[in-house]
Amino acid sequence: MLRLERVSKRFDNGYLALQGVDLAARPGEILGIVGGSGCGKSTLLRLMCGLVPPTHGRVWFGGTPITGPRPEIGLVFQEPRLMPWLTVAENVQFGLHNLPRAERAARALQALERVGLRQFADALPRELSGGMAQRTAIARALVTRPSVLLLDEPFSALDALTRADLQSHLVDIWSDERPTMVLVTHDIDEALFLSDRIVVMRGRPGAIHAEFTIDLPRPRIRTSPQFQSWKERLLAALHAAINGEATAA
Amino acid sequence: MSANESIIEGVRPVAAAHQQPGPRLAALRGWLRAATGLVVPAVLAALWELAASFGWIPAKLLPPPSAVIDTIRALVASGDLWTHMLATLHRVAVGFGLGVVVATILGAVTGYASCVRRLLDPTIQGLRNIPSIAWVPLFILWFGIFETSKVLLIAVGAFFPVYLGLSSGIRDVDRKLVEVGRIYDLSAWALIRRILLPAALPAYVVGLRSGLGLAWMFVVAAEMMGASEGLGYLLVDGQMTSRPDVIIASIVMFAVLGKATDAILVRLGAGVLSWQDSFKPQG
Repeated sequence: MLRLERVSKRFDNGYLALQGVDLAARPGEILGIVGGSGCGKSTLLRLMCGLVPPTHGRVWFGGTPITGPRPEIGLVFQEPRLMPWLTVAENVQFGLHNLPRAERAARALQALERVGLRQFADALPRELSGGMAQRTAIARALVTRPSVLLLDEPFSALDALTRADLQSHLVDIWSDERPTMVLVTHDIDEALFLSDRIVVMRGRPGAIHAEFTIDLPRPRIRTSPQFQSWKERLLAALHAAINGEATAA
Repeated sequence: MSANESIIEGVRPVAAAHQQPGPRLAALRGWLRAATGLVVPAVLAALWELAASFGWIPAKLLPPPSAVIDTIRALVASGDLWTHMLATLHRVAVGFGLGVVVATILGAVTGYASCVRRLLDPTIQGLRNIPSIAWVPLFILWFGIFETSKVLLIAVGAFFPVYLGLSSGIRDVDRKLVEVGRIYDLSAWALIRRILLPAALPAYVVGLRSGLGLAWMFVVAAEMMGASEGLGYLLVDGQMTSRPDVIIASIVMFAVLGKATDAILVRLGAGVLSWQDSFKPQG
């Protein structure tokens, strides 16, 4: 579906953010990408949606190389990034510029229904709480019906309760429509709760350190012993990735 | 309960509306608040009137408010005030409009396209630093002493703040919002129209207000350099005929008109900027 082929990214200032990354998201799965800060995981996501071009290697969407943003790939940022002058419904419609007005409005309401914000369609972003704003951003990404949804630490700015709530919500949306999701996070718990597969990254330069297939049944119970033992395995891998980086440097 | 809390619980914040006083009381309170601004001028006028009546200031050079009001009344009665006011308003409107149109186009282009900015902005900034009155002799030479040179001078005055406000406003737009536009693959024009202009609107409105202020300044300069009507002409006329009351009357008219047109801009601005989540102290 979405595939990185020996991708490296060097920024204009000479910093090598990613080196030789091979990674593929399988259709319909949730792929988690975890790593310490500055390991290039956000850059990876920006490469996947065509916001930045790779220095070496290719990013493929199906059989075509990605050269820029495209409607089949949606992105949810770390912050909601809503237009403060547009209402919630107008924000959700933002990416639907080629459709007739009535169709846009109908799809926006549908997407808002999906994230439980239908009654806030006419509110302005300033009236929303952090969690509601991020739900609006998710609705904005879903409304174009992307086959791949990329999420860049989407819940990291929220409080623990809201975060857990939105994570469950995301699983619901995913089980209904089964889009491919790629989730970048530094939160092991979040990755484990959501992902079918988790990739642990090491940094400087960013590369894939380890890959795990998470066989936990859904819905996942965070307090279950299996969940906890997975958590320990992942933490160990993450520590190894970070320490390996320190000794190499 | 704050509006925020009610939203978290999933209830539209209608409760706030009930706490507001009735519409008539609210209107009265609004007028009283606006009238706060009149206290200082009223007190100053009263002191001035007293000082004149006690003979502390020479009424010949500084006529008291009552004399100024009489003069304004006489000007209204003869219809002269309307003629002069309309002439001045017309010049300000045309000059300001012209300046705003050009400034908006150039500001938008230089704000959006760095190559155009590198090409044009240094020149525009250079021109901006020329004292505007320095253009007067040249404009008279080029366009004569009639309307064209006056309107152009006003347009020049209004141009720079509007240009600066829009151009820097666009460049200051949050990169993160622009990135949203890129994700949805907006064309350059759509990006300008749907993200850059709305986001730069607050800075643009501030630019428009200072541009209008300068337009009023320049209309005086333009009308003092030779005009047969207009409030600026009235100023010069008052000087020629040794009528300080006429001079003060036209100064007062400038203050009233300038404040009124600015208030209109503020109103229009508040209408299009109501989405702003800004600090507005209560009371």
